[in-house]
Amino acid sequence: MAQETKVKVVAGGGLVDRRVFLKKGMTFSVAALVSESLLASTDESRLAWMSQPGESFSNYGQPSEHERQTIRWTMANRMAPGNGVSWTPLHDLEGTITPNGLHFERHHNGVPQIDPKQHQLLIHGAVKKPLVFDMGALMRYPMTSVMGFIECGGNSNAGWRDQPIQTKVGYFHGMASCSEWTGVPLRILLNEAKMRGRAKWMIAEGADAAMMNVSIPLEKAMDDCILALYQNGERIRPENGYPLRLITPGWEGVLNVKWLRRLHLTNRPVMARNETSKYTELLPSGKARQFTFVMDAKSLITSPSFGYMLQQAGLYQISGLAWSGRGKIIKVEVSADGGKTWAEAELQTPVLAKCFTRFRIPWQWNGQSASIQSRATDETGYVQPKRQALLAERGKHGVFHYNAIVCWEISKNGEVSHVYG
Amino acid sequence: MFMVKRVLSKVVAVWVFFYITSFNLYALEMGPDLGKPASKQLIKQWNADVFPDGKGLPKGQGAAVKGKTVYKTYCLSCHGVEGMGDSADELAGAMHSLTDKPPDKTIGSYWPYATTLFDFIRRAMPLNSPGILNADEIYAVTAYLLYLNGIIAVDTQLDANNLAGIDMPNMNGFINIYEKDKNADLSISH
Repeated sequence: MAQETKVKVVAGGGLVDRRVFLKKGMTFSVAALVSESLLASTDESRLAWMSQPGESFSNYGQPSEHERQTIRWTMANRMAPGNGVSWTPLHDLEGTITPNGLHFERHHNGVPQIDPKQHQLLIHGAVKKPLVFDMGALMRYPMTSVMGFIECGGNSNAGWRDQPIQTKVGYFHGMASCSEWTGVPLRILLNEAKMRGRAKWMIAEGADAAMMNVSIPLEKAMDDCILALYQNGERIRPENGYPLRLITPGWEGVLNVKWLRRLHLTNRPVMARNETSKYTELLPSGKARQFTFVMDAKSLITSPSFGYMLQQAGLYQISGLAWSGRGKIIKVEVSADGGKTWAEAELQTPVLAKCFTRFRIPWQWNGQSASIQSRATDETGYVQPKRQALLAERGKHGVFHYNAIVCWEISKNGEVSHVYG
Repeated sequence: MFMVKRVLSKVVAVWVFFYITSFNLYALEMGPDLGKPASKQLIKQWNADVFPDGKGLPKGQGAAVKGKTVYKTYCLSCHGVEGMGDSADELAGAMHSLTDKPPDKTIGSYWPYATTLFDFIRRAMPLNSPGILNADEIYAVTAYLLYLNGIIAVDTQLDANNLAGIDMPNMNGFINIYEKDKNADLSISH
């Protein structure tokens, strides 16, 4: 079945013109991965599921039992099982949307089981009309949708370690997920509360056992924040903030307060634990970066990535994700020769601001050891930094906001490991 | 001619005004105004924010001696003996400065405001029974943690009047990146 392809090489290490997969009638050697004997048997007889009626309807669909390995990997404090994270298995997913059951979680003290009938949102502080809304009222407001990623400020933080972590890409970078969030533009409610001139910040608080709170500049609240009720078309799941979540597009995950119940308008930040002791980045100078809200551009190759085993030389598709909290991704370059030469990957359209962007490029692997990596550029001109450049600026002890280029090394036998480029 | 220009500019201004307002209506930027007035009592009950200037602190008081008892009962099992850390963060006893590798980020070495301690303990601690501590106990355990960090004396009584005035060693240790970035070049050089 394998057929040699004649393709245009666009960069070192076997990167091929990104349009090659779009050409009509193109066949390529990875097709040889499909077993010929299995295909042959289907011609002769019906397989079991073709010989009897299928299962009946279901009230809520579930993944195939053959995909049970596609799960969130969870990690929690041994003394407090609700204080921890779960990771999106980016290595098992394609496209840009994260299924709701696989959206990453970061809880500070568990998932509250909220009765929406008892849930209210209070807006108070520097407003002329302090207001309280029940869920029924909020559901009647005009809604809008935003496609966007949420990324924890602590995502990818294994990158600060001296040795490259050997784990699947989702367990390294999977505190990032992407959904369509639908809800009420926050400025509508803030305008109804009639803010006073001194209002400059908004302290958002959740109805969880940690009463998690953070301060957000009012400029952001009035710009593109929404009070989300729906995620990917259905009501937000409990672990993602049911019944009400603040969405701050492009800004660090902790600001997207789940189980939102209070917005306190003020002239200054409250200096909560999660904007002082945590979610701040200590620099080599001993000073720390604070209010680092925006998630800078990042990209990573999800396929192939750690844990993949390339079976034979031939044509593969390199596929990955890029995103930026500052706007649209305008370019993702891929290198297959350790960063010596780069080729531009195809971006899946539509490319949306502050949203996962899928990139893909064909790659002819010659069966020799190779090093692949990606580099994103966003519409502000920001270019994803090399690890050395990031460390030179931030040191190794900042914990949060690691967004350096990620490199995978493919050995001669096709094994993929994580290396620092 | 001058008059014509003035009238014209007014016409344009009125037109722009109506254009903008009608556009907003199409964008459904107006809500049905369904918020109910929030009573002062409700706001007081819900508002748990404590600010660096002490605004939001409740009545009550406590010192380290009593705070040690509170700590042993509610905090020690996770934060370790004298705040040295265990399954949860180290809170005191920093052996390394913030410029050492690795640094120790304790309350004494890193936290910029003492008020944040009160705020966080009251809203979130202890994890297995948040809300169980009364104001006196929170002042007391706050005092104990500040005492362990060498910031106050063992007998210093903390209350709403003096907590905000405590000088934290790292109070000037933070750079407001949001303000700094507004006009800055954001790229890291390659």
